[in-house]
Amino acid sequence: MNDRIEKRIELKAPISRVWRAVTDYREFGEWFRVKLDGPFVPGQVSRGQITYPGYEHLKWEAVVQKMEPERLFSFTWPHPKSMDKAEYALGDHSKDPTTLVEFRLEKTATGTLLVLTESGFDNIPGDFRLEAFRRNEGGWAEQIKNIERYVAKAA
Amino acid sequence: MLQKQRSSLAARGRAHAPVFAALGDETRLALVAKLSGGQPCSISQLTKGSKLTRQAITKHLRVLESVGIVHSVHAGRESLFEFDPTPIGQMREYLDFVSEQWDQALVRLKSFIED
Repeated sequence: MNDRIEKRIELKAPISRVWRAVTDYREFGEWFRVKLDGPFVPGQVSRGQITYPGYEHLKWEAVVQKMEPERLFSFTWPHPKSMDKAEYALGDHSKDPTTLVEFRLEKTATGTLLVLTESGFDNIPGDFRLEAFRRNEGGWAEQIKNIERYVAKAA
Repeated sequence: MLQKQRSSLAARGRAHAPVFAALGDETRLALVAKLSGGQPCSISQLTKGSKLTRQAITKHLRVLESVGIVHSVHAGRESLFEFDPTPIGQMREYLDFVSEQWDQALVRLKSFIED
């Protein structure tokens, strides 16, 4: 089973501009929608509060891994068991499983290629709950179809 | 159906073993493929057509059972194994959810940089 997410996006801007948007904590906060307490420093915890509508109760807490100028920015971050407001508030998040997020930049003829990967989902237990998942009773039939497709592909 | 999901979610202790790791093996994937038809199978049925021994197949079934993908039910003296899609479905659902969040974030990044 695939345990990583990979996204590639072409940006019409020089690599230096993209690097700043991704690694300056204020700029990162703008587009990611998080209010960060301070700059990203490799090896240090970055703290803040999510500002994305509907998720404002979530804390941002990541550990910055690598900052190789105009090449690689990476951090690990936790995945809480539930994003439901009440359950999140009650949870102990010190043991939340983490994944690794990497932003890789490459110069192209027209700008910059950004490759984002998130890996390590095999650290995450199978019983993670999502609000959408809980609300979506009709989703079960779709699940079965997804699994059939997945199993057919894997077999 | 939702009831079934909930009761499975309640089985917390067991679900903490990683589903991905359990599926990261060809034999176990083949067993899941066989069982996903919905028909419970005995160990003999599952061993048939395989180069592996009964003992080896049983060991793989226990791994799948430990993460809740497979359940054993007793039928007389025999154990039958049946597929439970809940953990796999939940993992997929979760990955899809995270993936969708990144799509949206990268669109915001693109307009932040280019506009």
